[in-house]
Amino acid sequence: MALQIGALARRSVNRTLRQPAQLVPSLVFPLILMAINSAGLGKATEIPGFPTDSYLTFALAIPFIQAGIFSVSNAGSDLARDIETGFLDRLALTPMTGLSLVSGQLAGVLVLGVIQGVIYLVVGLVAGADFEAGLAGVPVLLALALAISFAFGCIGIFAALRLGNGEAVQGLFPVLFVFLFLSSMALPRDLIEQDWFQTVATYNPVSYLIEGIRSLFIDGFDGQALALGFGFSLAIGLAFLAAASATLRTRLTRT
Amino acid sequence: MPAAIEVNGLVKEFKKGPRAVDGIDLRVEEGEIYGFLGPNGAGKSTTVHVLTTLIPPTSGEALVAGYDVAKQGAEVREQIGAALQEAALDPFLTGREHMRLQTALQGLPRAERTSRGDELIGRVGLSDAADRKVGGYSGGMKRRLDLALALVHRPRILFLDEPTTGLDPQSRTALWEEVEGLASGDGVTVFLTTQYLEEADALASRVGIIDDGRIVAEGTPATLKAEIGEPSVEAVPADPGDRERLAGVLARFGDDGDCPRSTPDAVAVRLARGDGGLADVVRALDSEGVAVQHLQVHAPSLDDVFLAKTGRSLEGQGAGAQEDGVPDEREAA
Repeated sequence: MALQIGALARRSVNRTLRQPAQLVPSLVFPLILMAINSAGLGKATEIPGFPTDSYLTFALAIPFIQAGIFSVSNAGSDLARDIETGFLDRLALTPMTGLSLVSGQLAGVLVLGVIQGVIYLVVGLVAGADFEAGLAGVPVLLALALAISFAFGCIGIFAALRLGNGEAVQGLFPVLFVFLFLSSMALPRDLIEQDWFQTVATYNPVSYLIEGIRSLFIDGFDGQALALGFGFSLAIGLAFLAAASATLRTRLTRT
Repeated sequence: MPAAIEVNGLVKEFKKGPRAVDGIDLRVEEGEIYGFLGPNGAGKSTTVHVLTTLIPPTSGEALVAGYDVAKQGAEVREQIGAALQEAALDPFLTGREHMRLQTALQGLPRAERTSRGDELIGRVGLSDAADRKVGGYSGGMKRRLDLALALVHRPRILFLDEPTTGLDPQSRTALWEEVEGLASGDGVTVFLTTQYLEEADALASRVGIIDDGRIVAEGTPATLKAEIGEPSVEAVPADPGDRERLAGVLARFGDDGDCPRSTPDAVAVRLARGDGGLADVVRALDSEGVAVQHLQVHAPSLDDVFLAKTGRSLEGQGAGAQEDGVPDEREAA
């Protein structure tokens, strides 16, 4: 099985890195949105209780989540294309297992997740953001970025297997952005004035992914924020992985 | 000797679709090239999907390499290779990378993977293009790579689903030679679906003609054509008002009862004396003063067989089309 996963992972990584149309937007758009947010919402740091005097530092967590949302699209579209073109049938005629397929298929977005994490960190630091966790925090940050890519990648895989076509998977993109906007993306949860918004943000798991990343930039090592960030990432990933495995049994109908 | 493929009463009915395969029986011997000929939507691809274990049959029995496709899928897949319709390749990978993936998934030992891949790429004439991305390949190159990938694990039985649809004549001929070589040189049994009469005629040692999910004729191309009998002559009168006179003249040379080529414009009869009677037909038309706009002799072809069995012509029904897709019942409910 390791051989199968390795072969499929290699294909997934090659395919991801050879599609500039997938690669470039997922690297550039989050940085553009971060720049706009930082420029327009800088005054928010003057609100009493705001955790940092640099909105850039506060906002630097957002690209990591946006990158995750791109993972849904990238992982899902690639698998949906395999279903549509019959490539999945080619794979189904080999002794490949379902677990190999899903694991291998995720490799591309995981590698991309690490690349994105490194680029966002470097761009952020060059632009003047703080990174309180220091050098020791870099591997933790990349591990959390990886976990977030895993979570969203599993959503993409599940969606592709369930829906079976690329357009439908792409349709999830705006839906997931709603989750991002209804989180603690723009303000810390305790500073959100509207009760309903605060409640939604509190129940929205995306808030905890953002806060996990954000804690490394603002607080250093906040055990609770990191535990919640990793915990929710893995919980989302594993839940959708299980759902994808169940759906795969229907999709990969071999006798 | 057990058959390579043995099918009895096979039925495939889709949940929201038609009965795509409606109780077919067939037997393919080891080393044989079996041509499965039929128009778009006849059930060819569905049959291939069932025989390659990709979809389960609704009822009936199908044994491939002696294994039941419904119950012994893994054993069947070990014995077969398949190049399904529309060469399913990844445009972002090179030919060699496809081969690397396929050899790994088929579990070839590490030492053998590269040599086997290179051997097959060379065999299908893609050595020079092996390191180019498949997105830039021509249709013929994709089909050849698809064939090479299907051969990685040295299958005993090869399923080719419309392997030459959309290919230019040169690429088609090259692929035919390769398929012939596999059967005659390597002893591989080939189950080939096609909508091209000349392909079935040129390649297949036996042909099964499928229409509307049922096999309407089966045998060697020569036997099937012999069943049709003598050539037919078809004539269109220059003056449509002469049709009855034309029919009267042609009736002296043969019977139009078993020749379904007659149309409101044309009269056709099967020549009782073979195509040697054509000269007499021309002389008779001339002496009776019946001018014809068009006169043609048809040697019996597989299309005549199809016409005789179904009342429809196969020619022109599927040329250039992409055949019958298999309804996807695998969409998650």
